[in-house]
Amino acid sequence: MTPTYYLLLSALLFTIGAVGVLVRRNAIVVFMCVELMLNAVNLSLVTFARINGQLSGQIMAFFVMVVAAAEVVVGLAIIMSIFRTRRTASVDDSNLLKY
Amino acid sequence: MNLAAEVHQASGVAGAAWLLLVLPAAGAAVLLLGGRRTDKWGHLLGSATVIAAFVYGVLLFFDTTGQGTEDRLRDLHLFDWIPVNALDVEFGLRLDPLSVTFVLLITGVGSLIHIYSIGYMSHELRDRRRFFAYLNLFVAAMLLLVLGNSFVTLYFGWEGVGLASYLLIGWYQGKDFAATAAKKAFLMNRVGDVGLALAIFLMFKNIGSTQYDVVFDKIGQQSTGVIVAIGVLLLLGACGKSGQFPLQAWLPDAMAGPTPVSALIHAATMVTAGVYLIARSSPLYSLAQAGDARLVVMIIGAITLLLGCIIGCAYDDFKKVLAYSTVSQIGYMILAVGLGPAGYALGILHLLTHGFFKAGLFLGAGSVMHGMNDEGDIRRLGGLARKMPITFITWTLGYLALIGFPFLSGYFSKDAIIEAALAEGGTRGWIFGGIALLGAGLTAFYMTRLLILVFLGKPRWENLKSADGRSYHPHESGPTMTIPMIILAVGSVAAGGVLSGMLPEWLEPAVGKLQEEHGPLSATVVSVLTVVISALGAGIAFLLFGRGEQPVTRPQRVSFPVRAARADLYGNHLNEALISRPGVWLTRFLVFVDNRGVDGLVNGIAAGLGGSSGRLRRLQTGFVRSYALSMLGGSILVIAALLMVRFA
Repeated sequence: MTPTYYLLLSALLFTIGAVGVLVRRNAIVVFMCVELMLNAVNLSLVTFARINGQLSGQIMAFFVMVVAAAEVVVGLAIIMSIFRTRRTASVDDSNLLKY
Repeated sequence: MNLAAEVHQASGVAGAAWLLLVLPAAGAAVLLLGGRRTDKWGHLLGSATVIAAFVYGVLLFFDTTGQGTEDRLRDLHLFDWIPVNALDVEFGLRLDPLSVTFVLLITGVGSLIHIYSIGYMSHELRDRRRFFAYLNLFVAAMLLLVLGNSFVTLYFGWEGVGLASYLLIGWYQGKDFAATAAKKAFLMNRVGDVGLALAIFLMFKNIGSTQYDVVFDKIGQQSTGVIVAIGVLLLLGACGKSGQFPLQAWLPDAMAGPTPVSALIHAATMVTAGVYLIARSSPLYSLAQAGDARLVVMIIGAITLLLGCIIGCAYDDFKKVLAYSTVSQIGYMILAVGLGPAGYALGILHLLTHGFFKAGLFLGAGSVMHGMNDEGDIRRLGGLARKMPITFITWTLGYLALIGFPFLSGYFSKDAIIEAALAEGGTRGWIFGGIALLGAGLTAFYMTRLLILVFLGKPRWENLKSADGRSYHPHESGPTMTIPMIILAVGSVAAGGVLSGMLPEWLEPAVGKLQEEHGPLSATVVSVLTVVISALGAGIAFLLFGRGEQPVTRPQRVSFPVRAARADLYGNHLNEALISRPGVWLTRFLVFVDNRGVDGLVNGIAAGLGGSSGRLRRLQTGFVRSYALSMLGGSILVIAALLMVRFA
């Protein structure tokens, strides 16, 4: 079993996540796609750690998870409050912060 | 030439010389700060301070004569003024025959004119106090000018009299011409002051001090260029203050002020400051290296004396004719002090006699105008001798003194200058002497014209009304005005004879020994020649103006010389063409460069940045997904670039 498959999977997941962020309007879905990208990166980090026989990649993966958890908390809270005030979760409708 | 005489510390009576400055300055301060409360007695206080200063001046004079000839040069140190390392200016007074002479002139004539002003300003009771405050301020500044023992103290007084002169010329500030005349005087004086300031800077740079004793001690070691530069710059200062060519135009306009001001400031004292400056700097001008500077002084004096005479012949304004007469008489003085050791004392002598008779003439003019509803146009006067006998007699005595009638004061002082100018030798002597002689004839002509048109002939005012619609009722002025005129007339008669013998010797410690040089003509011949030429001038005036009816308005169809003289010999035009207009052009050009060039660059950069940022901010759409796309694109670009660098 070669690490290449893991890296390919990781790239695939990252691409799905990135495309999802760009094309979907629902804030929750965009949010989930961001999580997908983070975890794709986690996967590649762990894979590289395995390839190089070092632990630093795995430690980095834990950091990413912790940050992702915190981000989820803040992000969901923001989405909730936007939904409460505007009755929508579409990212295209929240475009007041512009020129 | 080394003035050698040692400078002593003043003590005793002379130790209190600061009183001379403090008395009138305190008078001015009380009157200005006291405001309306001092209205009732302000004029008395103002006169009292100057009279007190005069009394002290007389004491100082006797104290100075009491010293041996060698000990008459005294300094009075008051305090350190600007003690900064290399630039150490002390505030001190110089008490020597020259400054004491001036103190007597300023406070003496000043006292008389203060007394005269009490009567003259009686029509303007509300503001008389402020008038006396300004007069006191002037006297204080003028005394500082002549008493200071360094060029910086002199400059302080110099600017002070400029300020007082400005305030007093603009006395009738509600009238346009007075306000303009005041501004003109102030600005033209500044031109001269720049010269004086530059001369002082040169002294600081090359000598390191401006104390008279130090400067004159070390000036001989300077290069010729520096000496001539200082000499010419000092002359420029003198030209500004004394109304000499090419800065003469402000003085006749200054007659917009009240007549006592014209008499005190613009005839007897302030305008002679230039002569004082050059006589004070005699050790500099006497140096052999300063020959060029002296020549410039003489040329300026000669041009001015001729110019003043010629213009004086054409004017119809009583005071302006006298003003141009002043310009030309100061030209004589400048010419005299330009002659060097042969002339310093003569210049000062003429200055003193002129102080008497010109102040008297102006006070007479003021008395006439006071009685004639302020009418100054001599063509509307005439036949006033009967109506104002005291004014007529005193004025005539001053007139005779001015034209050099034998054995009156002008005869002694002006003749001596003409003789000394001829004695300069060679072509130069003939040119300067000839100009001075011609000037004497012209002086007699225009003064006689004035005498005839104002006092003699038939009255031309009887059927006329003054500008404010009143008819004329000429009357003799009150005693506060006539007494000063009588005193000055006595001075005009006697001063020359008394002073001409003593003054040169008395001034010797300050300006050096009078070197009598003998010219191509003997003294008697020169005297006779001067008297004959003056008589000729007066005779022509009698022929032209003494007979027949004189028109009430001035003739318009006149020859070119008269038109030129009426236009001040185009002096104003010349200044305007040579200085004002190029200055305006330069200013406009600089304004253009500033607006279009400098401002354009700055504003252009700002507008460019503003415009481009206005367009760039359109990128902030507010759509999160477009931001995400640009982030992705950016990341891909960065990674691609990194990979390219890594593997290329």
